Amino acid sequence: MPDSSALFDQLPPAPGVGYKPQHFTAIIEDASPVEWLEIHAENYVGAGGRPLAQLRALAERFPISVHGVGLSIGGEGRLDPDHLARLAHLCDWLNPASFSEHLAWSTHDGHFLNDLLPLPYTNATLTRVADHIDELQRAIGRPMLLENPSSYLAFAESTWSETDFLDEVARRTGCGLLLDVNNVFVSATNLGLDARAYIDAFALERVGEIHLGGHDSDADDHGAPLLIDSHGRKVADPVWALLDHTLARSGPKPILIEWDANIPDWPVLAAEAARAGAALDVLAKVPA
Amino acid sequence: MSVDQSGFHDALLDAERPVPKGLTDGHGRPAGKRFDIYRNNVAVSLTEALELSFPCVRRLIGEENFKRVAGVFLRRHPPRTPMLMQYGADFPTFLEGFEPLSHLGYLPDVARLEQALRLSYHAADAAPADAEQLARIPPEALADTRMELAPAVRLVRSNWPVHAIWAFNMEDGPKPQPDAQDVLITRPALDPLMTVTGAGTAEFVAALINGETLGTAHQRTTGAAADFDLAPALSLLLGGSAISKIQPAGDISCNA
Amino acid sequence: MSNTLKIAALAGAVTAALAAHSTTATAAEQEKCYGVSLAGENDCKAGAGTTCAGTSTVDYQGNAWTLVEAGTCAEMELPGDRMGSLEPLDRDLPQM
Repeated sequence: MPDSSALFDQLPPAPGVGYKPQHFTAIIEDASPVEWLEIHAENYVGAGGRPLAQLRALAERFPISVHGVGLSIGGEGRLDPDHLARLAHLCDWLNPASFSEHLAWSTHDGHFLNDLLPLPYTNATLTRVADHIDELQRAIGRPMLLENPSSYLAFAESTWSETDFLDEVARRTGCGLLLDVNNVFVSATNLGLDARAYIDAFALERVGEIHLGGHDSDADDHGAPLLIDSHGRKVADPVWALLDHTLARSGPKPILIEWDANIPDWPVLAAEAARAGAALDVLAKVPA
Repeated sequence: MSVDQSGFHDALLDAERPVPKGLTDGHGRPAGKRFDIYRNNVAVSLTEALELSFPCVRRLIGEENFKRVAGVFLRRHPPRTPMLMQYGADFPTFLEGFEPLSHLGYLPDVARLEQALRLSYHAADAAPADAEQLARIPPEALADTRMELAPAVRLVRSNWPVHAIWAFNMEDGPKPQPDAQDVLITRPALDPLMTVTGAGTAEFVAALINGETLGTAHQRTTGAAADFDLAPALSLLLGGSAISKIQPAGDISCNA
Repeated sequence: MSNTLKIAALAGAVTAALAAHSTTATAAEQEKCYGVSLAGENDCKAGAGTTCAGTSTVDYQGNAWTLVEAGTCAEMELPGDRMGSLEPLDRDLPQM
């Protein structure tokens, strides 16, 4: 797999949103400032009907990013060959601008648990994840982007930092990275890390897409803050600040607003996208 | 110590198991209730998937009861694929054997109807057969003609007023009357459409689904339901874009 | 029924169905959306917090179950039923 960051520049460095069917009409009428859309792969691997009809119509107008949420790349078992074939079929007919998945596992012993479950950062995990990414990239015939997770706990056995782990996976497989800035903020808060230092250590040259989403607040057994990646509200102000910090180092990137729970009317989502657009505009005005 | 995914999986689905050792809060203290975030995500997200897929069952037994039934179901029948659009295929049969709800005998059939709607919604697209093709078949060849129905066509046969129960809950329909109902689901364009059919029409459609010829299907149906009228049954199928292929006798180019 | 009559019956029904079909070609425009478009969608949110369904240790064995509140099943009073409970109905249909 060629190691070229140009491979990860297929989406426009502009705002995008996670597509929800209830926004179909609004998007067709006037999507501005949104320039591209992301779909969850698993919702578009059915045989036909309205979901695929809508996707075909959207793909005629917008670059589409396919975001897998169920392959279980970090799983101890082998990748589900049926699911790999479904993803390959989707990429084949849709020819998306980007394909991404998560550094997580979700399937064990044939049970799909519908959550992005955490991984210890060890050499064994690294080998497994890299092998699975190789297999996926062969199946879909293109490089993928791997997304950093939201962490609620840590593994005592981990020997790699998350940023080094992601960088090494990318080196071995030629994959790009999807940097979820909200996930960085959530994980750093939950595990007592420095979010800006995390960004500074991240392989930004391999980033093909940035995610932003809202989070909820809870507390752990000791009263320490515990943030949850709920995707159910506006992006928090400190996360916008962390985005500015990121963009100042990375340059312009495609930025996606994720809103998966308590889904708002289109104007609210479009306003979040406009805020991401404003962050990119500021960047354009700053001399390099 | 290392935490394997078997231990993680088992503790996710059974809150009586301890949190796996080796998980921390990032400062060396045990993860404790941080692990509950994952437990909750699994249970709540799968419950939500069932709520969205079986809204009528949910209304019938109430939100709180549904959550509890879903909690039992998702632990006995976790999804086998990552496609949540398919999750719950086992739910009607599960309800059939679920003793606490056995007094609601119609519940499994209502779940079957909701499952059939969902399958129809996601079924493969199929261009309807040209009705004029039927007109061109010589009368003496009609009996040996087969009809392939579109993938979105579903037939739900019930001993209960299953559509009336659905409509009462989902569309403010009138109170269901004691009646057995058969429901034909077609998808003329992109949305599943339900039609309550007579028993004869249901029998006829079932025969076509089984690949029987028009003649055999007609004969079988009139034998079972003397008042069966073929014309409206065919009309219903044509109007619902439910016939995807018309195969005159001798045409063996595709499977019946 | 003789073969000739059977042929005539089928041909007559097909002709009638085709005639009716040509006048109801707009069926697709009349259909309604049944709201299943959101059935079981995948996403990548986490939102349940630390205190709800996943951490209960008592409810999920299916024994000791009681209905905590009734849904609309209680409103469907069909003749001869106990509340919310439809009895199976006999019907005169051949087995498939």
